[in-house]
Amino acid sequence: MTIYTDDGRVINESGIEIKSAYGPDDVAASGGVEMVGAPGEYPFTRGIHREMYRKRPWTMRQYAGFGNPQDTNQRFKYLIANGQTGLNVAFDLPTQIGLDSDDPLAVGEVGRVGMAVDSLRDFEIAFDGIDLEKITVSLTINGAAAILIAMYLAMAEKRGYDVKTLRGTAQNDILKEFIGRGTWIFPVEPSVKLVCDTIEYCAEHAPKYSPVSVCGYHIRESGATPTQEMAYAFCIAKAYADETLKRGLAIDEFAGRLSYNFNIFGNLFEQVAKFRAGRGLWAKIVKEHYGAQQPSSMWLRMIAGGGGGGLTFEQPEVNIVRGAYYALISSLSGTQTMALCSYDEAYTIPTEYSARLSLRTMQLLIKEMGLCDTVDPLAGSYYMETLTNQMRDEMETIMAEVDKAGGIVKLVASGEIQAKVSAQAYRMHQDIESGRFPKVGVNCYQMEEEERSVEFHPYNEADAQLQVDSLNRVRQERDEAQAQQALAQVRGDAEAGRNVMPAIVAAVKAYATVGEITQAMVAVYGRYREPIRF
Amino acid sequence: MNQRRIRVLIAKPGLDGHDQGAKVVVRALMDAGFEVIYTGLRQTPEAVARVAMEEDVDVIGLSSMAGSHLPFCQRLKVLLDEHGLGDKVWLVGGNVPPQDHAALQAIGVDAIFAQGSKLREIVDYINEKVQ
Repeated sequence: MTIYTDDGRVINESGIEIKSAYGPDDVAASGGVEMVGAPGEYPFTRGIHREMYRKRPWTMRQYAGFGNPQDTNQRFKYLIANGQTGLNVAFDLPTQIGLDSDDPLAVGEVGRVGMAVDSLRDFEIAFDGIDLEKITVSLTINGAAAILIAMYLAMAEKRGYDVKTLRGTAQNDILKEFIGRGTWIFPVEPSVKLVCDTIEYCAEHAPKYSPVSVCGYHIRESGATPTQEMAYAFCIAKAYADETLKRGLAIDEFAGRLSYNFNIFGNLFEQVAKFRAGRGLWAKIVKEHYGAQQPSSMWLRMIAGGGGGGLTFEQPEVNIVRGAYYALISSLSGTQTMALCSYDEAYTIPTEYSARLSLRTMQLLIKEMGLCDTVDPLAGSYYMETLTNQMRDEMETIMAEVDKAGGIVKLVASGEIQAKVSAQAYRMHQDIESGRFPKVGVNCYQMEEEERSVEFHPYNEADAQLQVDSLNRVRQERDEAQAQQALAQVRGDAEAGRNVMPAIVAAVKAYATVGEITQAMVAVYGRYREPIRF
Repeated sequence: MNQRRIRVLIAKPGLDGHDQGAKVVVRALMDAGFEVIYTGLRQTPEAVARVAMEEDVDVIGLSSMAGSHLPFCQRLKVLLDEHGLGDKVWLVGGNVPPQDHAALQAIGVDAIFAQGSKLREIVDYINEKVQ
């Protein structure tokens, strides 16, 4: 997306004015080619691997999950049968904010926007028949991440996998939840502490598992510009790293397992420049600021796809075309993993048909369009290299502003970042309404009466009741004394300021529920109160 | 004489946390000169009815993105009637599929501003309706 001003100027979303042509002088003036390098070499601007997609295409990891674990297990198997190479689990809102399915606040929400999870039993059902070595699993969970990571590891261990070699990812980025998306539970500081508990626990017990995927994605969905998206994400990653370092871990013990989730909607060149700039900047921060030695610690490993914020309610079929371009941008960006929004996602949970169409879009790029033939094909373009330099400078400026104002944790706790991002969202909305910011079908090429051929995903109240029945069975069948003792241990460890992960793992193995474990921690940490600022 | 400014409550019902749209609407209503009370996330029907009463609002606006608007509005309707708030202008916005519009109107929702609505339309509607 680009803003076209009345006086003929062209300005990208990050505020950089675009010239009508670029040459070598522009590259030199923006800082030259010092940061370009080669693929697979520091500063990794051109990609973190030497061979990239030639060796292995990106992982196709569509976001999926709804209803109860049985429903979700079927959708997983459908996607795998159609060539999907990774799983990305959507949880329902009660699970995301640490409530059991029979909580009064969960009425009408169980299984609605994702799979309902109450206990380890649900994970056993959801992943039944799925080979966890052949396909890696990403858990889209934040507030309750410590509990669901524990469930995943416990489920895998029960099925005989060696947790030491088990791969997978959890989103587990709570700071961005305060900025956008809103599935927080505890106040900001204990929430950050919990994230670091998972990093520390995984570094020791599950060293191949990625316990955090820092999400610029949702910050951008909430209204941030592309440069703000990257800059805030790096500030957040630094906050987790700083807190983890205080526990005595070395940077090379955990930085290589941090990953990222970024958005791709918008102007193609600005997006590709954003990722190239971001890779170089993150590598520089990890090497120079933290003194990492391992190249893999400096890698910006990422999932880039989605782009929900770019999709429109108007003329939904046009979103199929948008999605195809998002996939193109995502592959030009050198991402490790792609999750592409389906065209009906502005409305509903995707049908099997629309989810498959998104998969086919990615498969076309891999098989027919040559996107895997060579690494970082836009490198060396005068425009691309200039823009990459300019975007990196802008990201550094934003990061310096955050540091100067007291750091991201403080600014999130006070609501300042939230206010900044929502002000930006309002400006963009006004620019769209005024037509300054063209959006096809929304402020240009509209249609008076349009047929909207979107099939809505049905919500099944009976499934919610099945989930509650299953929860009750788990509570009856488990060893109650063992479950209660494990919950007391979670609370005790939280009170003592210890890492709560070992106690949570023991609790999930005793079939303590998401709601019960959350409650044990709420008793110590309290609940977050949202600052309302405009 | 000072005319009382129109008071609008914007609430996020249920557990969904996608509040960008609600916040954009809050800013637009503030710019239009209304007095806006924004509740923040995770409001129960009881909380919405209580705030509407305590703040003596003219308009109750709900922003729903995750599909739970029908059960929520059914529960809220009972409470609004109990509190004598049945005459307030009641709006629902966000991800509200067309097939739910009639059911919402039957419950008592005055207008639905689904995704794609213009901020100006919301402001104009409130100005016209609350006179």
